[in-house]
Amino acid sequence: MEEIVFLVIIGAGVILCLLRMVKGPTAPDRAVAVDTASTVTTALLVFLGYTFKRSIYLDVSLVYAVLTFIGAVAIARYLERGI
Amino acid sequence: MHLVGMLVTGFGVIFLFLGSLGIFRLPDVYNRLQAGTKCTTLGAFSTIIGVGIMEPSWFWKCLIIAVFILLTNPISSHALGRASCKSGVSLCKKTVVNKSKDFCKEGKK
Repeated sequence: MEEIVFLVIIGAGVILCLLRMVKGPTAPDRAVAVDTASTVTTALLVFLGYTFKRSIYLDVSLVYAVLTFIGAVAIARYLERGI
Repeated sequence: MHLVGMLVTGFGVIFLFLGSLGIFRLPDVYNRLQAGTKCTTLGAFSTIIGVGIMEPSWFWKCLIIAVFILLTNPISSHALGRASCKSGVSLCKKTVVNKSKDFCKEGKK
């Protein structure tokens, strides 16, 4: 029962970040929203792994965290001085 | 053990939701960056550690993911803030003082 409540709350957080990504007036707004949504999704994947009792979700979450970091740094470098 | 893990996870989930609410509600990209970094780092850390407490055989893997997030999330948000300052995003109207004006102008030319 608690797992479902926690999953719904984290999912509402991801949806709020995605709304800001659609709405955001400038490009850095969208980049910040995507970065936050990715970090929230990493925690969501770990908690889904606990809910389904599958440990493969932890590996998926680790790879997702690494790719998020590389993507955020690449977007920041592009916004700063171009490709 | 299950109760302690659930409490830590619930603490983290509340912080994750508040960080996302800050992303949605705050007026400016820098304010949003602050909310989205601090709340999300603490929330993700304590959610993942809570799952590691509830399932003791997963604890070391969860600790690796949590420490990785704790190390890399401030770096990426600092890079994003610096990039948005140098690419000329203006502050919101209620801002009182801007101490990094020269730094931002220097990048604009």
